[in-house]
Amino acid sequence: MATQVFKVPDSFKKDFKYTFCPGCDHGVAIKLVAEVMDELGIREKTIAATSIGCSVTIYDFLNVDAIESPHGRALAVATGVKRANPDKFVFTYSGDGDFASIGLAESLHAALRGECLSAICINNTTYGMTGGQLGPTTLLGQVTTTSPMGRNVEYYGYPVKIAEHVALCDGTAFSARVSLDTIANIRKAKQAIKKAFEVQLQGLGFGFVEILSTCPTNWRMSPQQAHERVRNEMMPVFVPGVYKDITNKENN
Amino acid sequence: MSRIVIDSKKCKACYLCIEECPKKLIKISEKTNKLGDRIVEFDDPDGICLGCAICATRCPDLAITEVYKG
Amino acid sequence: MVECLNKTKVLTKGNYAIANAAVIAGCDCYFGYPITPQSEIGEFMSGKMQELKRAYVSAESELAAINMVLGACSTGKKAMTSSSSCAIALMQEALSYATSDELPVVLVSVMRGGPGLGNIFPSQGDYNQSTIGGGDGDYKIIVLSPSTVQEAVDLTYKTFYLAHKYRNPAILLADGLLGQMMEPVEFGEYPYPEVDHSDWALLGAKNRNSRIIRSYSPQEEPQCEHIRHIFEKYRHLEENEVMYEEIDTEDADLVVLSFGSLSRNVKAAIKQLREKGLKIGFFRPITLFPFPNKRLQEIAGKTKKFLTIEVNMGQMVRDVRLAVNGKVPVEFYGKPVGSWPSVEELAEAIEKAVI
Repeated sequence: MATQVFKVPDSFKKDFKYTFCPGCDHGVAIKLVAEVMDELGIREKTIAATSIGCSVTIYDFLNVDAIESPHGRALAVATGVKRANPDKFVFTYSGDGDFASIGLAESLHAALRGECLSAICINNTTYGMTGGQLGPTTLLGQVTTTSPMGRNVEYYGYPVKIAEHVALCDGTAFSARVSLDTIANIRKAKQAIKKAFEVQLQGLGFGFVEILSTCPTNWRMSPQQAHERVRNEMMPVFVPGVYKDITNKENN
Repeated sequence: MSRIVIDSKKCKACYLCIEECPKKLIKISEKTNKLGDRIVEFDDPDGICLGCAICATRCPDLAITEVYKG
Repeated sequence: MVECLNKTKVLTKGNYAIANAAVIAGCDCYFGYPITPQSEIGEFMSGKMQELKRAYVSAESELAAINMVLGACSTGKKAMTSSSSCAIALMQEALSYATSDELPVVLVSVMRGGPGLGNIFPSQGDYNQSTIGGGDGDYKIIVLSPSTVQEAVDLTYKTFYLAHKYRNPAILLADGLLGQMMEPVEFGEYPYPEVDHSDWALLGAKNRNSRIIRSYSPQEEPQCEHIRHIFEKYRHLEENEVMYEEIDTEDADLVVLSFGSLSRNVKAAIKQLREKGLKIGFFRPITLFPFPNKRLQEIAGKTKKFLTIEVNMGQMVRDVRLAVNGKVPVEFYGKPVGSWPSVEELAEAIEKAVI
């Protein structure tokens, strides 16, 4: 008798179909979120505050209540939801532009206040939905539609290292950066998401995961090449790891 | 016998699974999706699938909907 | 901080009275950022909400504050923020979202001088900001305008009720003068029924399909249908919720209009002129949206002229002109910002307009 070792997580809607481009890692990230929700048994008490960008479509796929936040305001909206309903599980799912550019104030202040929220941020070094413009995480030298000669410091300044910034906030209970470039790293990513969710459930504070992700369409790459880029170009700058975990004394 | 189930309506032909499969049991088929891209199929004539679910872990579209080990 | 959470008559500042009324109205959550001349509202709430174990956040910005209100309202809770003029400018995007999302957002706006940072003198310069707004798309905000501290209390209750009944943002539009002045008030009980939100609020998808509160609508026809549905609510508001104060318009040769606390000086001036035998009526819209168009059209058929007085360069006067649609001349008297014109100054201006 063969036993089932993989199924579509129950936290998905029936008959959902992703609308992401082929090879986009958003699909993997959302699957991990759904698997963690299944494992923690929290779907029925979850309210998501979504953002603007490709990430907003998460509410089309997951079978959870959700409110779409204005651009950059996901963590403020989530704060409102959670403060009004401390017994609910509240998370945000944003891109790097939403979380760390237009919404940097809301994001860091939610962490500084130690809001019992979980935040997932997809870092793909570009604004995907609008066609691949320079964003807060665009790497030095990276060509985008608004950095046609590549990102230089003179005109654009430096990319933001989100997980490190979040880790510096006293209200943060957990902050990690993960990658989806290999199967082993996908598994690590799931553990990080689980931890970021658990610290909320335990009332310990702000849980955060930055996920290095691909945008094959705007990078003008095959999905395979995109993962190589994550590995060879992104990971040396955005180094994966756990930057803060108040549940692990050794780690701090 | 270990096996996987592919939902052909969800496959977007990114082919990430082909590379990941340790036994190279997934290949490009003759069937196409709505956009005309040739989708993948599971081809395991010798029954050597490990049931490792690496393909399902990788698939960004949840087109590999079930994996059985045994 | 002033302790005035009781049901008897107390002497208190407008800002404290509004805050206290919000607490009595059952406000579950207050999110705010300080700005003169309304900071007492946030100060009062910071203590009272914690004392009552309700939600309070000293937000990092007005943008965050109004979006926290959106989040709390999406779960059917009573939530509010308060602010002024240049800071409410920052909230326009969220108000637009909240109309499309059909969220019962309550906003207390205590007007100061603009444009830009302007100054902290009282003003009525945000009539347009409240009734027209600066957000994108087709929408309306319910706007209630009190003229006394007691009315500020009564209309705070009404602002909560209308926001929740119609699931649309509602503004209590006060001014720096009303916010800062002290008057005796009675709070009483919250006089309106509670609105049941259990059929749409986000409470977790347990034993039902998930609910999504969203404004993004990629298809043409559903979006048209949604906006028509929202405008049907506005039509309903115009038919059922219009409030105004009207004095001696029946025999009036001239009807003078004003809104908010300025109306008290205007009324005093009219009283003086009435005593001199001049036939002058008074009309004060209390709901700035829905605007009392129908009643103004009726009055326009009987009187010879309207005079609108505002402490701005002429904002409500446009709505008055639209309402009377050319039937009678509508004149304007006003000043941009600062202390309200004296009764004497107003009497002189009104007398000139009588002809």
